[in-house]
Amino acid sequence: MLKKLMLTGLAVAVGIAAAATQANASNDRFKRVLDRGKLVVGVKGDYKPWGFRDPSGKLVGMEVDLAQDVADALGVSLETVPVQSSNRMQFLQQGKIDLMIATMSDRTDRRKVVGIVEPNYYTSGTNVLAKKGALKEWTEIKDKPVCGKQGAFYNKIVAQRYGAKIVAFVGNAEAKQALRDGKCIAWVYDDSSIMADLASGQWDNYEMPLATEDDNPWGLAVPLDERDGIWGRFMAGMIYNWHASGRLIELEKKWGIQSTAYVQKMRDKFAPDRAHLK
Amino acid sequence: MLDQLTPFFRRIYDDTGLNFVIFYEQYEYDRFIQAIWVSLTLIVACLIFSFVVGIVGAWAQGARSRIVRLGMAGYIQVFRNTPPFVQLLFFYFVIGSLTPQVDKGGYFEPIVGNFGWAVISLGFFAGAFNIEIFRSGIEAVPTATREAAEALGYTRLKAYVHIILPLAFRVCLPALNNNLVNLLKTTTLAYAIAVPEMMYTVSQIWSDNVNVPEMMFVLFIYYIVLVGVLVWLMHKWEQKMRIPGYG
Repeated sequence: MLKKLMLTGLAVAVGIAAAATQANASNDRFKRVLDRGKLVVGVKGDYKPWGFRDPSGKLVGMEVDLAQDVADALGVSLETVPVQSSNRMQFLQQGKIDLMIATMSDRTDRRKVVGIVEPNYYTSGTNVLAKKGALKEWTEIKDKPVCGKQGAFYNKIVAQRYGAKIVAFVGNAEAKQALRDGKCIAWVYDDSSIMADLASGQWDNYEMPLATEDDNPWGLAVPLDERDGIWGRFMAGMIYNWHASGRLIELEKKWGIQSTAYVQKMRDKFAPDRAHLK
Repeated sequence: MLDQLTPFFRRIYDDTGLNFVIFYEQYEYDRFIQAIWVSLTLIVACLIFSFVVGIVGAWAQGARSRIVRLGMAGYIQVFRNTPPFVQLLFFYFVIGSLTPQVDKGGYFEPIVGNFGWAVISLGFFAGAFNIEIFRSGIEAVPTATREAAEALGYTRLKAYVHIILPLAFRVCLPALNNNLVNLLKTTTLAYAIAVPEMMYTVSQIWSDNVNVPEMMFVLFIYYIVLVGVLVWLMHKWEQKMRIPGYG
């Protein structure tokens, strides 16, 4: 009985403590970044052109430029840390990085782990890689073999919506080889990954000809308890500015990324209405 | 068919959370039925092909020409000493890209598709074992029988077809049975070159519906039943071929 009471008491205490930290978002991070004069950002190191290494080994890319914008706005220097999809959220949780801009799709389960800042800064969805001139419309893939990766959720969508014959392989390497061998008319995958392939220079005779479907926006993240504090709010302002100023469109051009409808849409949405100033 | 199954499996899903989506959703049901069809065709085609390879190969092993004998030995070594998975990928991606194909505008339709390559590769793989199995049967036929056939004026081919093979066959049926069961199970590897057989389809269904345990269960039962049927058929055959007083 006593044990049970004590356990209940402990549980309540922990609950109150957790609620307290959620209510008063921590503001340590922002201060610490300014004090140390350096911003540490986790970016991708193998995902051209978002985050990759240039021939000298330096991390560069569209997301590295975004990180630089943040450092410039704060007036501090930038340190980039390469992260991977499998460990990016842990880097943030363990305090190894102040901010994560690493091509992460914004999902409900992830929002529980890291502080994903709204609005979303980018997006990716389903598209295909195909030989130049082979396809113009999604409807043209009807009854034709389309390569894919086994287990990808959009295989079914593409098969049902457009009647494509999905030929799914175990890995991306096999699927892409089958496309190269001409075994299928296209390879269906995430558009950002396809763009990364196109940017790699190994797919010169190929293109991403269709309009991206089933977009899933990306989220950059701060530590979860900082999301509603100064640091999270500051980043929300940064993202708003990137959209409103057309900075993201400019960066897409700089890095040779096919312009996304999402970024255009967000620019139109956030562009300030200055009509009353005239 | 699906109409009768739907209420029952829907209720199971609602009551227990066990999601046998293939029995209540038309799209998944169609995929599943097609997978049964493809996997059965694949299995039968592989069994027949490997059987033919075994019989022809065992005959060629005893050929007078040294080149044919060496060629056979080489083939058996290559196919027995490499994993069937590797052979499958090799046939499809290496040999497959060298074979003639028809331009269909944007993509090519090869003369031999992924199904064809699966039959060829798995058939040759199991065939190499079948040759050795048939050889063991042939060697069990007494030399006296062979000499008696020769004395009666049989040519080598005629003696092989009419005398040696029928006797050898009865000796090696149990071993053959084993190998064919193995081959049936190996056909699941065809998922690697995207042949829409049972393994391939079921894994796609469970990634789409997040019902891995249920579909794993269906897959398991499916192969138990198939192997059961094959073993039963082979036993029937064995019984039918039995000669009183022999073997």
